[in-house]
Amino acid sequence: MQAFTQVSGTVAPLDRANVDTDAIIPKQYLKSIKRTGFGVYLFDDARYLDRGDLDIDVATRRLNPDFALNQARYVGASILLARENFGCGSSREHAVWALADFGFRAVIAPSYADIFYNNSFKNGFLPIVLPADVVQGLFEALAAQDGYTLSIDLPAQTVTTPDGQPFNFEIDPFRKDCLVRGLDEIGLTLQHADAIRDYEARRAAEAPWLFAS
Amino acid sequence: MTTQTLYDKLWQAHVVRDNGDGSALIYIDRHLLHEVTSPQAFDGLRLNARLPWRLAANLAVADHNVPTTDRSLGIADPISRTQVEALDSNCAEYGITEFQMNDARQGIVHVIGPEQGATLPGMTVVCGDSHTSTHGAFGALAFGIGTSEVEHALATQTLVLKKAKNMRVAVRGQVAPGITAKDIVLAIIGQIGTAGGTGHAIEFAGEAITALSMEGRMTVCNMAIEAGARAGLIAVDQTTIDYVRGRPFSPKGEALAKAIPYWQSLHSDAMAVFDTEVMIDGSTIKPQVTWGTSPEMVLPVDGHVPDPAREADPTRRQGIERALQYMGLTANMPVTDIVIDKVFIGSCTNARIEDMRAAAKVVAGKRVAGNVKLAMIVPGSGLVKRQAEQEGLDQIFRAAGFEWREPGCSMCLGMNADQLSPGERCASTSNRNFEGRQGAGGRTHLVSPAMAAAAAVAGHFVDIRSF
Ligand code: SF4
Repeated sequence: MQAFTQVSGTVAPLDRANVDTDAIIPKQYLKSIKRTGFGVYLFDDARYLDRGDLDIDVATRRLNPDFALNQARYVGASILLARENFGCGSSREHAVWALADFGFRAVIAPSYADIFYNNSFKNGFLPIVLPADVVQGLFEALAAQDGYTLSIDLPAQTVTTPDGQPFNFEIDPFRKDCLVRGLDEIGLTLQHADAIRDYEARRAAEAPWLFAS
Repeated sequence: MTTQTLYDKLWQAHVVRDNGDGSALIYIDRHLLHEVTSPQAFDGLRLNARLPWRLAANLAVADHNVPTTDRSLGIADPISRTQVEALDSNCAEYGITEFQMNDARQGIVHVIGPEQGATLPGMTVVCGDSHTSTHGAFGALAFGIGTSEVEHALATQTLVLKKAKNMRVAVRGQVAPGITAKDIVLAIIGQIGTAGGTGHAIEFAGEAITALSMEGRMTVCNMAIEAGARAGLIAVDQTTIDYVRGRPFSPKGEALAKAIPYWQSLHSDAMAVFDTEVMIDGSTIKPQVTWGTSPEMVLPVDGHVPDPAREADPTRRQGIERALQYMGLTANMPVTDIVIDKVFIGSCTNARIEDMRAAAKVVAGKRVAGNVKLAMIVPGSGLVKRQAEQEGLDQIFRAAGFEWREPGCSMCLGMNADQLSPGERCASTSNRNFEGRQGAGGRTHLVSPAMAAAAAVAGHFVDIRSF
């Protein structure tokens, strides 16, 4: 997994609450059995004026000029600014794959749906929680300035504005450590293989019906 | 030890290792797989030369992409076909039990788990699908996971989890005749909002919940995720045990005798403390219809579509305006004036035998209204379909002008050919009314099976209590 330490970059806005994972990556792309290539379909319904599919060449499709990610000022953005309950709905990890594949490294919002939040960390993608009033301030600053950038420092747990104002954010220590070091969580868990086997032996004695094959 | 919630008990029974930072390695008893969220996980296993930890814990089925029309010729869409074939070959390669598309036991993953007895009280149940919360109806800790976690569960039979907070939603008293589990859960979501349960496991309790059948309880827990909670739970009682007994995967004989006392302990203790408590008076719940693009945008059938001008909060006002525009509705119009184009009775929320019976009762001897272009019934599994046919329900539906289809997810999310066209309005028994969920530009109103059936006959929403 790609490690995450410091990221500085252009910020793009998505000014809607309750953005669901169907909106982040619509169902037709879930038929892909790959983990990559979803970036061009990110926010597909909002981003394009015509309907796409896995077998339609995106180069032939019409972009929606009103959608933020299609505007020149947000080209190359690596940080997404969003509202409450981002990533609600379906568990599809494709939502995170699409955001990361598009080039986003982090999202900042006041709150997230649990499964999306969890999926993010498995993909070197950082979901940052900042209070709603701070997020509102960032939306205003972003609207006022072309090429607005933020700097994220994960080890220090800060988001810093161009004028040097830092905002602290909270993050679970285990998730932070995995992300900073780019660790493979399965490999880490398998270091506890004996504990898993001990548990199974104990549980099988108590509740044998759970281990009938 | 007399102050634990059901969730606390389930959590504690599955801790393999406490990480000491609020997270723990949690053992997974049952892992259900389907074709959409598993291929990348199997690739991950292959890439790292890892094997499934405990094969018997896994059960797979193809449900999202399968056609609901004649299957004898296979899947026409080559991309869908590839995905289903990938599941077949992955299961064959690793030796995982799979119900393939033409197996009589095939169906929606959250319908077949309980139906087979693969979901048991006290288990941890995971699946790469957010509606895994359904299985919480059995007093099991069940929740949806992403594909990386599917790989983690396959390879280690565990997940690294953070303990959720405890929430109890008590529905007191009894609901009025005609009010179903779907109305109860939509009313709950209307009250607490789609983020109301975020970070929590919700235990549904109260007389109105206890009075539900297992089918009804599954409908309620199914939509816990729509209230923001990864897991929904209902305490085990005699109804649970009676349902579980005698199913193919459930314990028998001595094992069953040993299991029952344990299952009976799966309830919150009388003195258990919840972080959040919500109380709803069941007698006040009316038939529910969603009007907007989020499950919390819901109204009683005798209500009126909201007026954004009356909403003071600007973000909420914008949300209402946007939803009205997308849904093609006018502020203040009565819900019963909403005219529909299609009807979908199916999905893991409402495609069990009880749902089929409720819909059939409403349509018996009647006809689908002329303005309804398509009314379809998609049973949740092959076994539900067979049972319904034995009871003659398919004949009732067909005579009324419904299409009687093969089991699968179908128009709940339209990954197969069953979709809404732009602008089409659907009375749907599924769980999500997000923009484009049932087809790009499609408009979804979530209702109970009885309300969907009544809408099919009337051509618009009607109050089932006076239908
Ligand atoms: S029926 Fe709908 S909600 Fe249920 S598993 Fe299938 S797609 Fe998901």
